[in-house]
Amino acid sequence: MTTAAPHSPAVRLLGYELRDVLRSRWAAAYALFFLAVTDAFFRFSGGGEQVVLSLVNVVLILIPLVNLVFGVGYLYNAREFTELMLAQPVRRRDLFLALYGGLAVPLALGFVLGVTLPFAWHDAAVPHAAPLVRLLLAGVLLTATFLALALLLAVRFDDRVKGLGAALLLWLGLAVLYDGLVLLVAYTFSDWPLETPMLVLTTLNPISLARVLLLLSLDVAALLGYTGAAFERFFGDGLGTATAFGALALWAVVPLGLAYRRFVRKDF
Amino acid sequence: MSAPAHPLPVSGPTPGPDPPPAPRPQPIAPLATVSGLTKRFRTREVLRGVGLTLRPGCVTAVVGPNGSGKTTLIKCFLGLVRPDAGHLVFDGEDLEPGDVAYRARIGYMPQAARFPEHLTGREVLAMLRDLRAVSAGATDDALIAAFGLEAELDKPLRTLSGGTRQKLNAAAAFLFRPDLVVLDEPTAGLDPIASAALRDKVEAATDAGAAGLLTSHIVSELEALADDLVFLMDGRVRFSGTVAELKHQAGHDRLDRALAHLMTAPSR
Repeated sequence: MTTAAPHSPAVRLLGYELRDVLRSRWAAAYALFFLAVTDAFFRFSGGGEQVVLSLVNVVLILIPLVNLVFGVGYLYNAREFTELMLAQPVRRRDLFLALYGGLAVPLALGFVLGVTLPFAWHDAAVPHAAPLVRLLLAGVLLTATFLALALLLAVRFDDRVKGLGAALLLWLGLAVLYDGLVLLVAYTFSDWPLETPMLVLTTLNPISLARVLLLLSLDVAALLGYTGAAFERFFGDGLGTATAFGALALWAVVPLGLAYRRFVRKDF
Repeated sequence: MSAPAHPLPVSGPTPGPDPPPAPRPQPIAPLATVSGLTKRFRTREVLRGVGLTLRPGCVTAVVGPNGSGKTTLIKCFLGLVRPDAGHLVFDGEDLEPGDVAYRARIGYMPQAARFPEHLTGREVLAMLRDLRAVSAGATDDALIAAFGLEAELDKPLRTLSGGTRQKLNAAAAFLFRPDLVVLDEPTAGLDPIASAALRDKVEAATDAGAAGLLTSHIVSELEALADDLVFLMDGRVRFSGTVAELKHQAGHDRLDRALAHLMTAPSR
């Protein structure tokens, strides 16, 4: 099979999708939001390290929410266009990649630019390069993950209300309820050694995984409390960090693969 | 097993007002044939062994009550819906599920056209050209002129009325001088002048040797355009033949009466 050479159908389709997403101004608003928030954190909290710490929660809560909801909404709006394209001499694989890339590229870029530019103009990018890069990498991986999940939901549910409802439930579950569940487990089984189950539970939720990765890099692992030490030991060194980033990347790839399988067999 | 290809709707000979129509002139090789097409959505069997033949220079109308499988049949043919069983042949070549090249020779006008909202009509047309690697001067822009669309082409599509978008949709279907035009209830949203222009275009295309596949509930449109008629009901072909044959068989001179006769006739 041919790869995506310049002007291959996938690249051309990606160009149209990009133009459409960029022109919707949503991506620009998203970038401006990160720009404003990051700049505000600089003005109110001072140091670069603290800004990264403040951004962690914004990244962990908002990136999943915005990408899920915007992704699902966009894909439902693009439904008729998808049908129009599939009636053209276009491979489903190419259209799928274009739909995903058309969302992922502007949203990831919007986040990266929105955060990096204020760091640059406050002269904090170079001194705090390491935590900043971690933050950006985690944010981009979360973007990729939650857009892939959005794609999966949009191909799974034909009904837009069901799809958006499922997206909100998924976000609520992963961003809010999951932590409560983990706490409950920790509380209930507090007499047992919980390091390994905690590691497993953390890996099973991309948001938890990203949180641990980011907080460990900021020397605030103590905030993670009881199991902080276990995380420190596992994720603290280079290999652990790489493993955790790998697991986060897997979180982007697996839903994308599932969505692709469904998309290729779907009846439009 | 598939149902007989052309079950006849009436059991005995019905004396008609006309003498039997002259036998069809032996057609040249069909452009496309569909046979034994079966599709089930969950528990609902939409198509149960449907077959039809599209002849060059002729319009085949697929008629039937709502929900009889007309759109599903069209979508199976275009590859938008994956049939459970059946055989599709286009211009002598068997079509496999992943084939896309044959669609370059088909112009498809879906029931409701929604394009990317932020693009202009001109950009959509450029995109369709680009996908087929056709240069700007080489397309058939007759419908754009006939509809007076030129002035609307530079506005974002979200600002256009449904009817105007439907005009663009129709113009796009004829853009590449297709060997087959597939029109799914084409005039549903069009004003009478645009409907007439579209009819003229269909006739011009079939005169030039293209085949047409049409679904419509509008009897005058069927009367004006259809050469062959396939009557679908409950996922089966109840009648297949020329319009004259149908009228003769049903014993009615008017197409609407003949169709009503088909709907009420006991199945087999």
